[in-house]
Amino acid sequence: MSQDTVKRDRPWMMRTYSGHSSARASNELYKTNLSRGQTGLSVAFDLPTQTGYDSDHPLARGEVGKVGVPINHIGDMEILFDTIPLGQMNTSMTINATAPWLLALYVAVAERQGVDPTQLQGTTQNDVLKEYLSRGTYIFPPGPSVRLTTDLITYTVQNIPAWNPTNICSYHLQEAGATPTQELAYALSTATAILDAVQASGQIPAERFPDVVGRISFFVNAGIRFVEETCKLRAFGRMWEALTGERYGVTNPKQRLFRYGVQVNSLGLTESQPENNVQRIVLEMLSVTLSKNARARAIQLPAWNEALGLPRPWDQQWALRMQQVLALETDLLEYGDLLDGSPVVEAKVQELIEGANAEMARVEAHGGMVACIDNGYVKRELVQSHTRRMRNIESGKLQIVGVNCFQESAESPLTAGDESGIMKVDERAERDQIASLQAFRAARDQAKVDDALLQLRNAANDGNNIMPPSIECARAGVTTGEWSEVLRQVFGEYRAPTGIDISPINHGGSDALDKVRARVHQTGEELGRPLRLLIGKPGLDGHSNGAEQIAVKGRDVGFEIVYEGIRLTPAQIARAAQEEGVHLIGLSVLSGSHLELVDDIAHELEKIGASSIPLVIGGIIPEEDARCLRNKGLKAVFTPKDVDMNAIMDTMVTIIREANGLEPLA
Amino acid sequence: MSRPEVTDTPELVAAIGNGQRYAIAAALNLLDDRRKKSRQSAARLLANLQNDPQHSRGQLIGITGPPGAGKSTLSAALIRVWRQRDHRVAVLAVDPSSPISGGALLGDRLRIQTSADDDDVFVRSLSNRGQFGGLSAEVWPMSIVMLAAFDIVLIETVGVGQREVDIARLCDTTCYVAQPGSGDSVQFLKAGILEVPHVLVVNKEDMGAVAVRTRSELESALNRTHPDGDWQVPVLSTSAATDKGIDALADVLEKHYQQLVSGGRLSARRRGYQSYWLHKRLQEEFGNAGIERLGGEKALLVKLQAQDMNLYEEYETLRQLL
Repeated sequence: MSQDTVKRDRPWMMRTYSGHSSARASNELYKTNLSRGQTGLSVAFDLPTQTGYDSDHPLARGEVGKVGVPINHIGDMEILFDTIPLGQMNTSMTINATAPWLLALYVAVAERQGVDPTQLQGTTQNDVLKEYLSRGTYIFPPGPSVRLTTDLITYTVQNIPAWNPTNICSYHLQEAGATPTQELAYALSTATAILDAVQASGQIPAERFPDVVGRISFFVNAGIRFVEETCKLRAFGRMWEALTGERYGVTNPKQRLFRYGVQVNSLGLTESQPENNVQRIVLEMLSVTLSKNARARAIQLPAWNEALGLPRPWDQQWALRMQQVLALETDLLEYGDLLDGSPVVEAKVQELIEGANAEMARVEAHGGMVACIDNGYVKRELVQSHTRRMRNIESGKLQIVGVNCFQESAESPLTAGDESGIMKVDERAERDQIASLQAFRAARDQAKVDDALLQLRNAANDGNNIMPPSIECARAGVTTGEWSEVLRQVFGEYRAPTGIDISPINHGGSDALDKVRARVHQTGEELGRPLRLLIGKPGLDGHSNGAEQIAVKGRDVGFEIVYEGIRLTPAQIARAAQEEGVHLIGLSVLSGSHLELVDDIAHELEKIGASSIPLVIGGIIPEEDARCLRNKGLKAVFTPKDVDMNAIMDTMVTIIREANGLEPLA
Repeated sequence: MSRPEVTDTPELVAAIGNGQRYAIAAALNLLDDRRKKSRQSAARLLANLQNDPQHSRGQLIGITGPPGAGKSTLSAALIRVWRQRDHRVAVLAVDPSSPISGGALLGDRLRIQTSADDDDVFVRSLSNRGQFGGLSAEVWPMSIVMLAAFDIVLIETVGVGQREVDIARLCDTTCYVAQPGSGDSVQFLKAGILEVPHVLVVNKEDMGAVAVRTRSELESALNRTHPDGDWQVPVLSTSAATDKGIDALADVLEKHYQQLVSGGRLSARRRGYQSYWLHKRLQEEFGNAGIERLGGEKALLVKLQAQDMNLYEEYETLRQLL
């Protein structure tokens, strides 16, 4: 057959998850990415924006512009989309607790561009439930969060019909350790919890409910076991089709389609021999494209160096080019579904569906997904799975090339050079952002702002849809922190269960485990009391997998563990360390703000007379920063390449012994 | 800069009395320390604290109940009310430990979230350290240090079996939190397995009918006159989630304390409880044979309660003897 006559499928939407420093810098990046053939935008917001703080809030220190763009008000949003016509753009916003607010700003900017908001296209992630389980950018308790989620959904279904109001995420569940079965079960349980809430809200007439179902989309993950992952996506499609029909009575096949976007797995990307991540990413991309009937609608790929630090524009371009090569050069898009009729695939799909249905029944038995957030059931299951994975890596049962086998490597030219192969955020970005925020506040009409905030408060209290007063707030020049503060006052704040209270997985233990346990015990005896370890997650970063795994492991080797969950202030950490009489503080920071946070914590410890407690840190920390941290007095810096948890525990014992003047153990 | 370790007892006692947080933390670490030299310093410290009535004016409250009854959220709500009333509060949160590794997750601190800049709240978690059933040995001495610096000291623990008995025989006021919908608490009370608390609480009033039913079951199961004598055991409903009934609970707890103080019974009671505690520790460490060598349980308790001696010093002396 000649190549000219073949009919090819249209490629999926290609995006790069990006945003950094400032609205201006991100706007330039977006325009560059679009000119390179990217077909949609995927906005990454910084942590203060995601957790509802203005850039000048004390909790925002060190976080402004780090993992995404800071958006404080309509002025920032306008610059972010400067000369990007929103009427023709398809924009995905990774935003959850503050999703109604960011959508309100988007609508207000569209109005200013002269675009009819009903024509807007794009996605708000708007899935807060998974934030309690992974990633951690929730603000309010689960009940009010579900209400805000449903408000956004009902608003867009009625006013912005082509918008995807929520992207139910299984992505982050896999990052938190979910098996394919768990990913299926928890994502679908979340989807039904949200749809049930929309139904119960009474905001949508029954005959329009299928439109709501039809707008639900998903955001999934694809790991390196790409055959199983393909099967998982086929299972997703079938289970969703069944659920929408049986549970909600939707008959239109288009409204029962499992529509999903994907970001392939970041959990499996390694810091050691990071060039290997390229082939991992490509194989993972294959798993979400191979089967035509279960193909992704939109794909964004991580950069090869994510485990090292923030990727540079060139790294992101490389990720985009991988997609283009697959879609444009290969013949993948010329065929129908390649896997239909394969008995092997069919058997695997069935197995996954059965497992997922059983787990969904357990969630239901525990009161449904929302109750399972609050009672900690799902979080514990995830921590358990992740612990199992870590144990398998440790024991070598799960092989990871360059990490626990084939570690020897020639020096990589990719990570050589001045920048060590990662992006540096301009230190002035935070200062500039704060200055421009304060200028914006000074110039606006305060009476209008106060009035808009009052309307917002009333709607929050009265149960009216939160979107119209939020859009009014956006127009009036309200800031992200102000919008969130009003809702914090009405709804209260929340701390999610940490899930670390699982039972020990392997009692017997390996030789290495027994050895560390003996050392922990002996050192405790010598110091007169059991060793105590405080694990602190300072700052706004909610990626808590590492902290949780250290907590569980620490308990299993005999430490008494104090772990209070995410988003603690340096003062809270210092105080807890003193009150609890801990022997060591272990910090976990993945947002890139480790230097600032370590300074703050050291300062707080000194203030209360507790600076003799040794500090260690773990996280995504570039080597240059690690050196700097050691110079500041940190006793150890752990990074993703430290997968041997027994060795980490052993190092901590050694540090405690040194700090207390004990002889080293043989 | 690190503060020099405080070894001088009078200085430490003074700093604790002034509510210096570093000193309280240091004293708690010392009491946790099982090395011989530390135990001697600890005995001196406690003897000094006990000798000065200034240092034991606070109220020691125990809060206990089955898992899932909402003790920690209730404690957090109580702390908020106490702080509004300008009481200084310390919490000893007792969590179970793993019998295999000896390790423990001290999770209650998370649930008793307090503000970081409030100098007048202090939380120390304690694992149960493999004490079979009962409370770990450090609870009593630690509570003495906390009483020297705070108006209210709250001991929170999962109350089942021996641990619940221990807490009832340690605190001035015991508050039992029942789980709505579970008949266990009622059965325990009827069977006399549960020491009768001074205050019974059905938390999670927001659960509605099921909470109301549990409350009325408890009311009818209970002989409302406490074995202590002139105290009628109230049954309260609270909702820590919506802050309902917390003020009333704080009032009742205070009322019980005032009654103990005005009746002049507080110090005798504490002495009785502390003798019991001490006897139990000695029995755990040296068995019944040890107790016999000290003249038997009865004689020991009489001796400890009658004489004007410092109990903690006596405890260390008896340990040395045995």
